[in-house]
Amino acid sequence: MIELNPFVIFIAAIFTNNMILSNFLGMCSFVAVSKEINTSLGLGQAVTFVLAGTSIINYLVYHYLLLPYNLEFLRFIIFIISIAAFVQLIEMILERYIPNLYYALGIFLPLITVNCAILGVSLFMVIRDYTFLQSFGFAVGSGLGWTLAIVALAGIRQKLKRASVPKGLEGPGITLIVTGLMALAFIGFSGIVQIS
Amino acid sequence: MSSIVISTVSISVITALFAVLLTIADRTIGNYGQVTMTINDDKQFTVDGGSSLLSTLIEEKIFIPSACGGKGTCGYCKVQILDGGGPVLATETPFMTEEELANNVRLSCQCKVKQDIRIQIPEELFNVKEFEVTVEAIEDLTDVIKKLRFKLPEGEEINFKPGQYVQLKAPLYEGNDEEVYRAYSIASSPLEKGYVELVIGFVPEGIATTYVHHHLEVGDKATINGPFGDFYYQDNDREMVMVAVGTGVAPILSLLNFMRSKGIDRKARFYFGAKTPSDLFMLDYFKQLEEDLPDFKFIPCLSRVGEEDGWDGFKGRVNNAIDEMLQEGEGKEAYLCGNEPMIDSVVKSLTEKGMPENLIYYDKF
Repeated sequence: MIELNPFVIFIAAIFTNNMILSNFLGMCSFVAVSKEINTSLGLGQAVTFVLAGTSIINYLVYHYLLLPYNLEFLRFIIFIISIAAFVQLIEMILERYIPNLYYALGIFLPLITVNCAILGVSLFMVIRDYTFLQSFGFAVGSGLGWTLAIVALAGIRQKLKRASVPKGLEGPGITLIVTGLMALAFIGFSGIVQIS
Repeated sequence: MSSIVISTVSISVITALFAVLLTIADRTIGNYGQVTMTINDDKQFTVDGGSSLLSTLIEEKIFIPSACGGKGTCGYCKVQILDGGGPVLATETPFMTEEELANNVRLSCQCKVKQDIRIQIPEELFNVKEFEVTVEAIEDLTDVIKKLRFKLPEGEEINFKPGQYVQLKAPLYEGNDEEVYRAYSIASSPLEKGYVELVIGFVPEGIATTYVHHHLEVGDKATINGPFGDFYYQDNDREMVMVAVGTGVAPILSLLNFMRSKGIDRKARFYFGAKTPSDLFMLDYFKQLEEDLPDFKFIPCLSRVGEEDGWDGFKGRVNNAIDEMLQEGEGKEAYLCGNEPMIDSVVKSLTEKGMPENLIYYDKF
């Protein structure tokens, strides 16, 4: 395997390997919270923040706790637990010390615990044997890519309000179709870099 | 074999580590110490900070109506916060009108008490009490609706207006791991101060209705608090149009029971909506009420009857019955209790008949 520059991974995670538009991870909050640009931007920031934090924690947990004792098969459950604990902790810290950030991001934090994109990033980084810096670049890139996708979708959905959508497709139906079209558009980026 | 042991032990250890970390965080970061809560610039309480305003108030035995149990989904627990509420959260705005936002009205289940706080609540909420009641009788009205009679503890009494509701606490039971309060209108007369009767329908997977229908038995203890609600009997001489479907019959029963025991002479028509004849209940009771009250008629309306049912009453929904049978809406007032589509359609029918909207009182559930 060629040693990839963390920055390349960062760029790839935003465009060519976008968490939503090429892996279809984190769809529930993507569809549910993409009605307004402002709200989705807040959620995107929160996701990026949590991804950056959990990638560090899960990297350390995996390489210094699980691998030495041959427990890597436990990574699924351990990652979920550490993500949940981290999110809970961050919520408390924000609420106490950075109330402004809490009011902007805090209410989204409980939603993020169960966002599969977070678990997906942690799993990809260990499956692909990333180094610490590569993992961090991948996590931040994935978060920004997720934000980009949800904000773009929210923009489209704000316009969609004025479109006449067939009755059965209103809401999540048309949103999924739009997401599919966005994914097609993102294939256009695939020539830039490939990481998997 | 050893891998099972190793997995179990390591997961337990790691989970325990996180749990310890979170507990420490909760004790330090999540600890807001003691704060002062001032209610109506009059009563002061010293409370532990960190919980929601709703649960802090419940700790102090002040009961704000809340149907969802503090999840931020019913929007009932509104309280005016004058000081110390922090900014309005995105979880509250869907329930707020412009006017409420301007008056600092907040959802008390979403606001946390983190600093000294000054709030304003209606005086009558101090009348709300919690009662440890005993189930005295359970009667099956239909397959899915039960009427329950609760006895208040000796020497205690509940003062309510006919039409108001109480909240019943669904405790923990097998299959339910959270305590919730659910609102049910009182069906008995307010002159019977030592008892409360509720009419409760079964909702599949409903936490409180499963408790009532499958767990609660005669002689059991239960917890209720109340009374709440701004849907109640208005004291005047106007002719009354009452409309209910299903368990919405409860507050109407309370009104009728009250009128009977007070000997009130008002013309009243009660349109009761159901689907099939098997959904009707208490027909003898209403017959008796028709005899006891000076001018009362019970009008059952069935929307799904076939020829074979031999039904000679009204066929159709309650709003159709009003369209057809109500002569004139002017000079009358209406009491409606039921689901939202029913209320909306009946309000429409009534206003078309000339009834002013401010004389249409309703309780949606």
